[in-house]
Amino acid sequence: MNLKKRAGALNKKLLIGAIIFFVILIVSFAYPPFSKRDPLEMEGMMFEPPSSLYPLGTDNFGRDVLTELIFGTKTSITIGFIAGSIATLIGTTIGVFAGYCGGNTDNILNTITNIFLVIPPILILIVISVSIQSRSILIMSLILGITSWPWTARAIRAQAQSLRNREHIKMAKLNGESLAEIIAFEVLPYLASYIVMAFILQVSTGILNEAAMSMLGLGPTDTVSLGTMLEWALLFESARIGAWWAFIPPGLAITMITFSLYLANSGMDEIVNPRLRGVV
Amino acid sequence: MEKIFECVDLCKTFQKGRKRIEAVKNASFSIGKGEIISLVGESGSGKSTLANLMLRFLKPTGGEAFLDGKKIEDYRKKEYWKKVQAIFQDPFSSFNDFFSVKKILERAIKISSYPSPDPEERIREAVEAVNIRYEEICDKKPFELSGGQKQRLMIARIYLIKPELLIADEPTSMIDAVLRAGILELLLKLRGTTIMLITHDLALAYYISDRMLIMQNGRIVEEGEPQKILEAPEHPYTKKLIEDVPKLSEEWL
Ligand SMILES: Nc1ncnc2c1ncn2[C@@H]1O[C@H](COP(=O)(O)OP(=O)(O)O)[C@@H](O)[C@H]1O
Ligand SMILES: [Mg+2]
Repeated sequence: MNLKKRAGALNKKLLIGAIIFFVILIVSFAYPPFSKRDPLEMEGMMFEPPSSLYPLGTDNFGRDVLTELIFGTKTSITIGFIAGSIATLIGTTIGVFAGYCGGNTDNILNTITNIFLVIPPILILIVISVSIQSRSILIMSLILGITSWPWTARAIRAQAQSLRNREHIKMAKLNGESLAEIIAFEVLPYLASYIVMAFILQVSTGILNEAAMSMLGLGPTDTVSLGTMLEWALLFESARIGAWWAFIPPGLAITMITFSLYLANSGMDEIVNPRLRGVV
Repeated sequence: MEKIFECVDLCKTFQKGRKRIEAVKNASFSIGKGEIISLVGESGSGKSTLANLMLRFLKPTGGEAFLDGKKIEDYRKKEYWKKVQAIFQDPFSSFNDFFSVKKILERAIKISSYPSPDPEERIREAVEAVNIRYEEICDKKPFELSGGQKQRLMIARIYLIKPELLIADEPTSMIDAVLRAGILELLLKLRGTTIMLITHDLALAYYISDRMLIMQNGRIVEEGEPQKILEAPEHPYTKKLIEDVPKLSEEWL
């Protein structure tokens, strides 16, 4: 009885998170192709307050904030998604080999992971960014992806280690299966839920890091993102001027996206991890 | 008796940071063809480590082991595992939960030295041989089966592979007492395959085996036929083990 109730509550967490995220996702990806407005076009005056023509006002360049917001959300989610995929791919590969193989393989991979963990990622980001002239969405994603994999590697390594002594893995060895077969069929399926969860968190990390980078002036150069919107709002002191519409919408969008992803992740975590559910 | 397996001064030391754990110390023994030999010792005495050395899951830190007179490292691993197989103790992690029973057994057939024109028929025979109806479980996933059923399937897997030497590491220690006899009976049907039964249960070893090895702190301290071990134990540790089985000493001696 009680258990069923709990399961319902869990699904709610995951469900609400997923709904919020997918609504944002659908709006930001479905709208742009039909938009008659160009988010980069300077139509109005600087910081015009919301009106029927500009539902969320204009920014410092006189651009329509609502159009920017939708296009920017699309850019930010795209960057988060690509960066998250790269980070998850690298992190999972390194984590699985380190955790499953153990021994010297683990020592080497773990040392590499630790080196990347102790160097502040923002430092690497700055160094890479300033040495690249123009930063497209893809370059941004790449930079963010290859700096944020270490903690995924950490988490997956711990899980893979716990699988190592499971008997079906010994059985697979006794069947004469190769390392690749064992990793593909005996290890990865058991890690799938953790990999999905790590991916969700990496997407939201990617979105947050994009914003942080942009606010340092190291964001994507040829497009609008939630980060670059905040960057300009900051540079033109919109808060002091009282132009709340320039910074609240992108700030709220980032908050909503990351909040929904964390919510979905924590719901999943409780489903996968029975201890958090209080079952075991 | 013809020897199938022999260890000479086999050692395994684990290095954990600054701590050295000598899990197996100079194990020397041989196993005769067709014999059922048991390895008895308390938990932590090094039995599983010795099994892992014999199965080539671990590399020894000293000594040598031979299968049919040939050093075990000289076999290609696949060749070796055709001849030497194992059953483990934990039915809950013994099978991949993402595969059906049929698929699991198909994968086991790959290593068997006895290719067959009709693998499914062979799998059916093996499953029925352990008293499970094939249709009932062939499409089920391991998590849908009971511990006892899984342990039977483990044995079905051995029927399929027909190894020369089977190492059974505590095959009944994690299942209900009432099911144990059934599992052991199935194991004994393997007559012809040489079996090394690892157990902490002296009474069980006494019942089943032709010869016993007693292990303490990584060392094999006594060896002999069950009758002799129970009636005239030489090593103090063996005596202690026997005293720890009160029923055995009262009823059967
Ligand atoms: N991979 C390992 N690393 C370090 N120590 C180990 C490892 N495997 C086993 N040991 C240690 O070796 C000793 C013997 O363990 P084991 O062979 O599992 O005993 P048994 O099977 O008789 O209970 C124990 O002290 C155990 O902690
Ligand atoms: Mg053991």
